[in-house]
Order: sequence, then C-alpha cells, then structure tokens
Amino acid sequence: MKKVIGQKEIDVNEEGYLVDFKQWDREVCECIAGECNIVMTEKHWEVIEYIHDKHENQEPLSIRGIKKSGVINIKEFYQLFPGGPLKKATLIAGIPKPKSCI
Amino acid sequence: MKNLVILGAGTSGTMMANHLVSKLPKKEWKITIIDQYKTHYYQPGFLFLPFDIYTSKQVKKKGAKFIPKSVRYIQEKIELIEPSKNKVLLEKGEELPYDILIIATGTKIAPEEIEGMDGPNWYKNIFDFYTYEGAKALRDKLREWEGGKLVVHITEMPIKCPVAPLEFAFLADSYFKNKGMREKVDITFVTPLGGAFTKPKATKALHYLLEEKGIKEVTDFNIERVDYENNKIIDYAETEVPYDLLVTVPTNMGDALIERSGLGDDLNYVPTHKATLQSKVHENIFAIGDATDLPASKAGSVAHFEAEILTENILRYIKGEPLKEDFDGHANCFIETGDGKALLIDFNYTQEPVEGTFPFPGVGPLQLLKESRTNHMGKMAFRWVYWNMLIKGIHIPFVSAQMSTKGKQIEQVES
Repeated sequence: MKKVIGQKEIDVNEEGYLVDFKQWDREVCECIAGECNIVMTEKHWEVIEYIHDKHENQEPLSIRGIKKSGVINIKEFYQLFPGGPLKKATLIAGIPKPKSCI
Repeated sequence: MKNLVILGAGTSGTMMANHLVSKLPKKEWKITIIDQYKTHYYQPGFLFLPFDIYTSKQVKKKGAKFIPKSVRYIQEKIELIEPSKNKVLLEKGEELPYDILIIATGTKIAPEEIEGMDGPNWYKNIFDFYTYEGAKALRDKLREWEGGKLVVHITEMPIKCPVAPLEFAFLADSYFKNKGMREKVDITFVTPLGGAFTKPKATKALHYLLEEKGIKEVTDFNIERVDYENNKIIDYAETEVPYDLLVTVPTNMGDALIERSGLGDDLNYVPTHKATLQSKVHENIFAIGDATDLPASKAGSVAHFEAEILTENILRYIKGEPLKEDFDGHANCFIETGDGKALLIDFNYTQEPVEGTFPFPGVGPLQLLKESRTNHMGKMAFRWVYWNMLIKGIHIPFVSAQMSTKGKQIEQVES
C-alpha cells in the first residue's frame, strides 16, 4: 500500500515498514521518527548507519549485535528508541523488522 | 585416494554420508565422519518428551546404525580445523587430511550467555527442552507440578526450530487441560520479536490460537538476566515477568570447535553462500544445517533439502564445474497446535508461509497454514520417516528440494 511520508508517496506494508529501501532518505526517516515521537539526534543517525551496514551485508540485526557494535550500548539503544528498539529502529531505518518464520 | 571428511553425525552429517557413499567412486574417495557422541537423537521429539507423548526410547538410537559400513566412523572429539593445511586435528592427536570438508556440527544451547539462567535453579524451576537432558528433566517436573505461572521464553534469535516454543505453549495448554488443572496454570509466551507470529499472513490466520487457548503474549522482550532468587526474568527496558516455572530457549550457538578454529561469526556459525552451501572460509569447505549462518530456519527439513543440493554441488566441485545456486531456503514444518491438531507451513527465503494444499496442488491431503487432524498425523508419522528415510538419504516422494508455488494462495507483490 501507499503512504504519504513527508512530501513523497512511499510503498509500505500493513505495519508501515518500507517495502522498497530505495525510497528511503533522510527526510522520510525524520518523518517516520516523528510519528514514533522520536527526534533524530547525531547518535540516532549513527545507529541508523550501523543498521544500514548490517542490512547491506545481509546480517540479521540483534540485541547481541548492538552490544558488540561499538556504536552504542543496549541501555542507550533503549533510550534512543523507547519501547521495542529493534522494531522501531528498523522501521525508521526503512528496512524490514526482525522476524521469525511465521 | 582422496579424502572427504564430514564433521558431525547429526541429521545433516548422517544424511550427507548416506548421499555421498553411493555417489562417490569407492576406489577414488574415502569418506570419514566424526562425532564425539554415540547417540543420534530425534530432536523434533524433544518437544513431546516433556508431555509424556513420546518416551525417552522413541527419541534416541545408536548413531552407528545410520552410518554406511564403507564410511569410516570416528567417535572422538574434534580439536581443530586447519583450513590452510587442509587438515582436521582430533583430540587424541590424530591428524586427518581432507580434500573436501563438510561442516555439520549443528547448534547448541548456551544458557551461560544470560546471567542467572544456568545458576542454582537450572533444572529446578528453570528448564530448556532443546536437549535430551532438559526435556527429560522437564517431563519429571511437569509430572508433579501443581500449577502457577508457566513462562515459555525465547532468549534471542536465531534459534533451532523457531516455532517449537510456540508449539510448547500450545501443547502445555492441552496437557494441563487433560490433567484437569488448566485453571491452575497461567501460560505466558515471552519473545524478543514483535509477536508470537511475525509474518502478516500467519498472524492473520493464526493469532486466534493464542486467544482461544488463553496464552498471554509479552513481546519485544530482550532478556538481560534471570533473577532466580525472586523468580523473574528482566529485560533491558527493566520490564519484569514473574514465573513459577520458566521454560526457556537459551541463546543458540554453533559448536565451540568453530570458534576455536576461528571460522565462525559472533554466534560461531560458519559464513556460508546461501544458494550453493560452499563456505566463505575456503573453497573446499562446505557447511550444512544448523552450523551455517544462512538466513533460513534452523530445522531438519531445511537440512534435508540442503543435503540434496549440497550432494550435487560436491559432485560438481569435484568435476571442476560451477556450483548450482539452487538452495532457496526451503523449509517445510508441521506445527503442533495441541488437542490432536497441527498446522503445516511451507516457505523459503523470500516467500512467507501462505494457505493452500500440500504436496499436491488443489488436492492436499495436507492443508497449509490451517489446523487439522491430518496434519497432526503427518507430524506423528514423521518420526518413522526420519529414522527410516530422511537420515538415510532416501528421497521423500513428491517433496522437492526447491519450494513449489503450486497450490498456494500467493499474492503478487505490487511492483
């Protein structure tokens, strides 16, 4: 389905996750963050960059990975993306949320 | 004489030994398989052991029974893999040279990764059911348990058989109903993911199961520690879930051998090409099953499909031909939902489980993503299939290594 985010029409799934990462940009990112009541700071951008690197290398995102990322510790990760940080950070980063097989 | 060495005689390793023994010319190739343990477990049975549905005898057999006679079977701990020397070092000092190495060392639980998990209450009121010992200890506990808060918990992904914890919760509901004590048991399912079901189609088709069975869901729970003195699990957001009986799936990790040999990722899984099963470590090292870092489910059915494709790729590698990029992440799993019913799901890297019929399009007899008694009978019959066909490398009729889209309700994704 389509959703207007910022000035652009973006393809998203039923839960609002971007379907096509090519449509992601900083403006889209800030708008989605805003909908989650998050104001992007320098630290947020560092985390988003880390998530994009992982996604590009097809490495799954995990709390364990965050612990070893060298970018941020887990407590800070929770503070930056309150309430389900992996779910929110992936939503904002424009990549699919971590999932199981069903 | 050339050497092909298989590390691990579990589901994957045993299948590969059986496939290759009939494919590689005996005069040119010697096959060796190494595993320190004598027993081959039917791991899907660990789900049923705690509920007295299977006996302990039904889930284990002597591993040697399934290794072909012309294959050398070494029962010893493996000390090190040395890719630069094409050698494997065994604990007692023997060095095994190889021309081709297949890593099939699987995955193990690592409860020590979480503070307080395998402390003084491990196997007292904190259990796993991913090991024979854990499942058996839990069976004894459940036989005498008088009720309270049962928490079924996943520590972190990836885990072997991602649906098993959910099946455990469903079977627990039936078990306590049958014992006439369901009202004394409060069942909560705790997951680090966004829900017990995470894919849109499955959530839509199956979420009623949790409501129907009165199973509570705690989602996005990333455990930091187990407070075993006060019987609660605590996550990084300081959320607490109290329990009387904690059934957890601890962190899953690849074998320590992979770490010792410097061949693994953070969780000791071997980086592997996802379509060919050749490792990224070295071109003559291949990996299969739970030991790989593939973004497929860690499950016996996945290993079974991988084995058919890996066998072909090993033959191609020997002939110097390009490897087939055929593995699509195909998995096919029965999911117990309790009360004598089960679901069946069939999916791959890109296609989520959908409704339909299997294996014959439009006919079935098995229904995809829907509860039925036939599916439950399929799951029960599978134990026979496992011992008599699957690990012996006998092709299961009508079920192809690559996923078929026929007979499935697949929606075209808008482009």
